[in-house]
Amino acid sequence: MAEPEIFDVAIVGGGLAGLSCACETATAGLVTAVFELGAECGSKNVSGGRIYLGPLRRLLPEFWRDAPLERLVSRESLGLVAGASCATVDLHSAELIDDPFASHTVLRAKLDKWLAEQAVAAGAMVLPESRVDRAILKEGRVTGVVVGGEEIPAHVVVAADGALSLLAQAAGLNAGPKPERLALGVKEIVTLDPGRIEDRFGLEPGRGAARMLVGDFTKGLPGGGFLYTNKDSISVGAVARLDALASGPSGPESHALLDALKAVPDVARLLSGGSTVEYSAHVVPETPFERTALDTPPGLLLAGDAAGMVANYGFTVRGMDFAVASGILAGRAIVASKEATDRGAAAREAYLRALEGSFVLRDLAAARGVMNFLHNPRLYGPYPQAACAAATELFRVGPDGRPFAFKPALAEARRGLSAWRVFRDLWRARKL
Amino acid sequence: MRIDEKIALDAFRQDEEPHIKLDQARCRVCASRVCVRSCPANLYAPVEGSEEMKVECSGCLECGTCLTVCPHGAVDWSHPRGGCGVRYRCG
Repeated sequence: MAEPEIFDVAIVGGGLAGLSCACETATAGLVTAVFELGAECGSKNVSGGRIYLGPLRRLLPEFWRDAPLERLVSRESLGLVAGASCATVDLHSAELIDDPFASHTVLRAKLDKWLAEQAVAAGAMVLPESRVDRAILKEGRVTGVVVGGEEIPAHVVVAADGALSLLAQAAGLNAGPKPERLALGVKEIVTLDPGRIEDRFGLEPGRGAARMLVGDFTKGLPGGGFLYTNKDSISVGAVARLDALASGPSGPESHALLDALKAVPDVARLLSGGSTVEYSAHVVPETPFERTALDTPPGLLLAGDAAGMVANYGFTVRGMDFAVASGILAGRAIVASKEATDRGAAAREAYLRALEGSFVLRDLAAARGVMNFLHNPRLYGPYPQAACAAATELFRVGPDGRPFAFKPALAEARRGLSAWRVFRDLWRARKL
Repeated sequence: MRIDEKIALDAFRQDEEPHIKLDQARCRVCASRVCVRSCPANLYAPVEGSEEMKVECSGCLECGTCLTVCPHGAVDWSHPRGGCGVRYRCG
């Protein structure tokens, strides 16, 4: 294909945000290029992962019907781990699979490849094996990108290059990735027969489970673990904040956290007999979204993880729906600004307005309090320990019997915890 | 399962040009060596008999953790060249 003199849109990163943007701009007839680092879209991408499609319905009602999704999640649980014990809150409900509240487990290599096919069908040029060196910055505006030493001019550049976003850094937007803003996730894909997955997780055929875990397997580091059931595999991963991981002269090895999670008996049982077929690692934005991330020079828009669009509400973690939505809104803003004299500036203004009117900024802002609360180190050792100790007291009967178990359970739970601190944490949690 | 056995499960296309370079002058004065325990692929190791640090670029999962946590800015990190590096089949 002959390259045009100037692209309407140059998108850096063929992930969910970049490709969603490309679908919009290419469909509207704009000359669109997507520069993807990997041999194909999805080959560098990792998610937990599960995607909530509900928020995307208004934007793209039918689009996701044919997407390669793994399992529709009908079972949710949160496990509090202390040593070999695990106290679990488990919800198995038909209401979880009701549209528009459904969520699906996904594998990004498959999903992003499919989305790239949709973008190509819409007319976008998706260019794999393309490493973008930097954005072209001229007189305070972004006017294109440099790929393999070659300048490629574009009316608008979209940075959708993930949580590290070296492009945003090169454009002078930030000082590069910071440990206090990111967490590391390490993950394995463990293959297992679909029937066994359903038996072990207690699922109807084809349905899936999402399990979050918090506890001492992260060795006191703020973070946690997850299990997501795919069609014929289980995604199992551990996450820890990078500032905590890197603080002090000694600490746990990042890869050991995943092994510790897999050794928790309740987790080991679910994975038993399966074989690990892939090992991956990726960073994820971990601090509340900052609106200033969108203060870009004219001609540059940030979408998805590159803009830090991840929300952790404790029970639910969202990022992929924000990536898709921000990509779509960026694409529509670029299309709407195509007749403007200053397309780069107009697109940026239109994008900000669209984000402000959408669920994206609203939901990201709503996660702020919880994400700050989740810094509390007591959530990752003492409280799971207290929960397991209290539950053990409640469920156990010894040879002498027991008149009433509630008081000793509370006493057991409170062992080693300052009453004042617990009260303060509860008071804060109450306001979330 | 050992970490090198896990890495061996992944597909890579080797970039002959290393995409991570270390500023040894900065590594030499580093006491924390957080790169060693932070790297999820366990690719960092102190060079025996010296104060230098070495990194094995093949097997890199490209998470950027080392770049992010290095307190001395000693890690010059870029993505591998287009099409090179790790190639996830599941993701």
